[in-house]
Amino acid sequence: MKSKARLMQGNEACVEGAIAAGMKFFAGYPITPSTEVAEIAAEKLPLVGGKFIQMEDEIASMAAIIGASLAGSKSMTATSGPGFSLKQENLGYASLAEVPCVIVNVQRSGPSTGLPTSPAQGDIMQARWGSHGDHPVIALTPSSVRETFDLTIKAFNLSEKYRVPVILLMDEIIGHMRERVELPEISEIEIIDRKKPTVSREKYLPYKADDDLIPPMAYYGDGYRFHVTGLAHDETGFPTNNPAIADKLYRRLLDKIELHKNEIIEWEEQCTDDADIVIISIGGVSRAADTAMKQLRQKGVKVGTYRPITVWPFPEKRLIELADKVNTFVVAEMNLGQMALEVERIIKDKAELIKVNKVNGEAIYPEEIIEKIEEVL
Amino acid sequence: MNNNETVTEKLAVNENWCKGCGICVKFCPKNVLIVENEKVKIVDIEKCIQCGLCELRCPDYAIYVRGK
Amino acid sequence: MPSAIVSEYFRTNKLPQIWCPGCGHGIITRAITVAIDKLGLDRDKICIVSGIGCSSRAPGYMDFDTLHTTHGRALAFATGIKMANPDLKVIVITGDGDATAIGGNHLIHACRRNIDITAIIYNNNIYGMTGGQYSPTTPKFDKGTTAPYGNVDKAFDIPALAAAAGATYVGRSTAYHTQLLISLIENGIKNEGFSLIEAISVCPTYYGRKNKKGSAVEMLEWQKNHAVNIAAASKMAPESLDGKFLIGEFKNSPEPEYTKEYQKIIDMFKKE
Ligand SMILES: Cc1ncc(C[n+]2csc(CCOP(=O)(O)OP(=O)(O)O)c2C)c(N)n1
Ligand code: SF4
Ligand code: SF4
Ligand code: SF4
Repeated sequence: MKSKARLMQGNEACVEGAIAAGMKFFAGYPITPSTEVAEIAAEKLPLVGGKFIQMEDEIASMAAIIGASLAGSKSMTATSGPGFSLKQENLGYASLAEVPCVIVNVQRSGPSTGLPTSPAQGDIMQARWGSHGDHPVIALTPSSVRETFDLTIKAFNLSEKYRVPVILLMDEIIGHMRERVELPEISEIEIIDRKKPTVSREKYLPYKADDDLIPPMAYYGDGYRFHVTGLAHDETGFPTNNPAIADKLYRRLLDKIELHKNEIIEWEEQCTDDADIVIISIGGVSRAADTAMKQLRQKGVKVGTYRPITVWPFPEKRLIELADKVNTFVVAEMNLGQMALEVERIIKDKAELIKVNKVNGEAIYPEEIIEKIEEVL
Repeated sequence: MNNNETVTEKLAVNENWCKGCGICVKFCPKNVLIVENEKVKIVDIEKCIQCGLCELRCPDYAIYVRGK
Repeated sequence: MPSAIVSEYFRTNKLPQIWCPGCGHGIITRAITVAIDKLGLDRDKICIVSGIGCSSRAPGYMDFDTLHTTHGRALAFATGIKMANPDLKVIVITGDGDATAIGGNHLIHACRRNIDITAIIYNNNIYGMTGGQYSPTTPKFDKGTTAPYGNVDKAFDIPALAAAAGATYVGRSTAYHTQLLISLIENGIKNEGFSLIEAISVCPTYYGRKNKKGSAVEMLEWQKNHAVNIAAASKMAPESLDGKFLIGEFKNSPEPEYTKEYQKIIDMFKKE
């Protein structure tokens, strides 16, 4: 039996997804346009025995969710714009110390305070490289309310499975959009929990990875008495200055994502079979891309769409295949060309690349994409 | 590292851990200890009253009272 | 074979610590384990959290669940741990810079919430790890590598700050006054709420050298000669306190604890 369809906002679907995934702790600091995530989490978590805390800032919120995760709670924080900048220090900590957690970024416009209530997609590169040093990251970009629910669950699952912080990279369009959605029954949802050690305390090496490159994770309070640090560490978890060990650690962190990328990477494509032109977009822009494609198809233009769902790692392999047969890619994004950089790197000179960029705080409209495409026809 | 330990009935000293700071020497009420070649040395164990002040303030846990 | 306390509570294969000869941090760290021992706590239900600095290296030597975090953020990580598992006794080890400069905001808010965490600030009046820059507790006119002509900043009075911000147990002792320090830590851990103990340490390498305070021994002697217990101070003539500083228990006034208060909300609204 399906639960009844109801009208829901993207930010609410995010909290519903998180709770379905088993979130038991949320720490945050209010900022538009992500605030509803905190407000709804504050309301819903106690109902399921979970806990909410409003910390003194985003640095503290990020720290608190890492602490809670180490103590065994699935944890999440949500922010936007300047708050995402403040998350970066401890996001890197979670990457290095391999602490599962989910960071929601409902992107808003501009650097600094920018246009606080307007949509944008200007944090694509920050999501990848915002924290210093080479570090692993997974970032998911929903383009509907229902998908926000599903991808929040996926974010928790990936985070638990690979012991990596996962960013749910929303935008204001999706965060504040209301759609009628039907949520699945809890029993239909696949929930993944981190793997725990099977050996005794004496034998437990907290950072010794299994063949899958992921180390089992004990909880604080389980009696393992282990050490976690943001310094480079060996398999015991204690700091080391040994170049070979540091090198091995840093590489493993990236390799564990690389090794499993086929299970992680997700994208959606439409009408690419015969397409001469493919529009690439994520999040809220994909809705305009869909409309543009449909209208152009009616006019007989062979257009398809390609929508990375994991923007990091980027769905590269399929794009390389498409580049062999597509003439033109149109990258439409609410920034000045961040995803286009990645596309350019991947398609090289195999196809033409056209950019549709907008950063004035307004959404990209289908007509703007159509216009750009018609220019090159 | 066990080869550099001095164990008497009243006191034990681990020269490997001792950094020769002299804190135990200064605050021992009975002048039992000295620092020699940057390591603590027991010079008058007879006088030791096992008050534990050396152990309490040794930053490197290199000296402690035994059998207490 | 190390002493019973050290064998029991330290990761002896990591000793001796990286700290300089005479560094007060080692004295304070042992004092914490003695306090834990006296309380007879379940050592698998203790979590020790630190930030970054010489002081924050302490948990790495201590055989508990331990977390070495980012500079200044220990209390925020600790807050998450305590929220997720209130059965854990959470102890935070931090430095004067870690706790009151970069972590100052986290400090006052942890105090305000009265969350059951015991924070021990190893105050050596300097940034030790980065080589002797002045900190928020470097006394006015003292020197640091970034205050070559003398520090013009005013120093924080950490216990007063914590008490004003809402910590329900506040005390101060020194590395020299180790027994007092142990009992303050004991009481701090016993207090169900936010406890702050300022443990005045010595950094002979930077603060001592920069300010001609002599060796570690001389710096401890200075502590011995200049600290006055607050209980005794009240009976002393004000002039006789000139140039002295107070140690002892400054505040002990329990109030409802944060995670307990939150649990009440869960109990009221949780749907089964
Ligand atoms: C964000 C950040 N800024 C600066 C530093 C560099 N840093 C490391 S330790 C430290 C000061 C530590 O001083 P304190 O907390 O007083 O501890 P101590 O070393 O004196 O025990 C600084 C500034 C850092 N690690 N991270
Ligand atoms: S136990 Fe007391 S008397 Fe004996 S050496 Fe130590 S400080 Fe001196
Ligand atoms: S206090 Fe400890 S480290 Fe210092 S001299 Fe004595 S035994 Fe050695
Ligand atoms: S620099 Fe100062 S605080 Fe750091 S270990 Fe040396 S003496 Fe201790």
